[in-house]
Amino acid sequence: MTSIGTGYDLSASTYSPDGRIFQVEYANKTVENSGTVIGLRVKDGIILAVEKLVHSKLLVPESNRRILTVDRHIGMATSGLLADGRHLANRARDEAYNYREMYRESPPLKEVVQRLGLYVQAYTLYSSVRPFGVSTIFGAVDKTGPALFIVEPSGISYGYHGAAIGKGRQIAKTELEKLKLAELSMREAVFEAARIIHLVHDDSKEKEFQLELSWIGEETKGLHLPVPKDLCEEADRKAREALETFE
Amino acid sequence: MQTVDMQQLKSGEVNLGTSIMAVQFRDGVVVGADSRTTTGSYIANRVTDKLTHIHDRIYCCRSGSAADTQAIADIVHYHLQMLTQQSGERPTVHIAGNVFQKLCYENKDALSAGIIVAGWDKDAGPSVYNIPLGGGLFRQPWAIGGSGSTYVYGYCDATYQEGWGRDETVNFVKNTLSLAMSRDGSSGGVIRMCVITEDKVERLFVPGNELPKFWEGEEVLKLIAPVKKRHEFTDDMAVEV
Repeated sequence: MTSIGTGYDLSASTYSPDGRIFQVEYANKTVENSGTVIGLRVKDGIILAVEKLVHSKLLVPESNRRILTVDRHIGMATSGLLADGRHLANRARDEAYNYREMYRESPPLKEVVQRLGLYVQAYTLYSSVRPFGVSTIFGAVDKTGPALFIVEPSGISYGYHGAAIGKGRQIAKTELEKLKLAELSMREAVFEAARIIHLVHDDSKEKEFQLELSWIGEETKGLHLPVPKDLCEEADRKAREALETFE
Repeated sequence: MQTVDMQQLKSGEVNLGTSIMAVQFRDGVVVGADSRTTTGSYIANRVTDKLTHIHDRIYCCRSGSAADTQAIADIVHYHLQMLTQQSGERPTVHIAGNVFQKLCYENKDALSAGIIVAGWDKDAGPSVYNIPLGGGLFRQPWAIGGSGSTYVYGYCDATYQEGWGRDETVNFVKNTLSLAMSRDGSSGGVIRMCVITEDKVERLFVPGNELPKFWEGEEVLKLIAPVKKRHEFTDDMAVEV
């Protein structure tokens, strides 16, 4: 790391001589070391899937969820610092609520993501704060249809057909590219999402992980809901089987 | 229980004792209004434009206090401009109606404003929203408002039909307003109308001497006139010819 010791990385309000903000890049590093999160935008909905790394056997299963609900039709999944993700979820809820209050209409995801981007970006400007240590995948079915976005620690946001962040994002992306996302049904996509999460999980480094799945679309009448337990378990089992035959 | 009289104006306040109207049809909406603004019995403006531009394809008809409704229209215009710049697309009439409603409801104690919002958008096509005094919000195929409207509810109920085209709707609005203006002392002047469709907003104007005429008692006058001549009555009946 050439940045260390130069003094240019001590504050988010300082540029390096070649125009970088190291604090933001370090925030990205936090995300890169966290569990993989993927999002699929398919024909009739959105699937969010998380590889939640479980660092202790004493933890209650299902605790510390990484998938959160922002509005009835908006879900988000964070990779990076869990607490930062929760804070961002609260802000996203406020933004969605404000839009609803003002216009009495379900907020379009694009609008919420843009406002959240402004908020995240403000944390890259001052020496008194640190940038958010999370990348977030947002999914929703709004008046424009299914929508999928990533908000990065820099505050930038992009729309995607298939999104992947965290440790296993590279492998996940190549897997997502192989899929015909626009033709998949939500149910098919749940199995693909589970398979990809199992595929990118590195057994040798981390032993335990829990698969978190949620979806929005035709199957849920437009609401952001966890994938039902039986379907989740079936997807989990099938993913394991697929991996065994694969290897 | 004490009720709030929202019709009450401050002394000297300018009132839009009005006849306003909006009707949706196949490809758009027609909004219309008379042109009279009064302070008490004095006509402060006889060529007022009560059809106010809110966005490219959204207009509102204002009734109540001129100052209040102008201020509200300005605020809604501001909000919709902000939304357009941020989202990059035109706001819906539904959104415009909701912003109006929010302002009218939350400040109901301080305002006297009865507003009809109408226009065309990509989601719903043509639509008309009525926001009466207390700050409710109602989508309607047609809406009338202002003091003159009370005289023409029956006419509208009996006349309006679904599936009209532009010309039929313009005539309906013109006739209704003319009837309202002739009965309501606080309405009058000229008729202003806007036809809002996907492609354009067209402004129409009917001068005061070209308003559609209905039965005005000519037959009665013809009967009375000979009587008057024969007996040289001069002071038992006030008849203007």
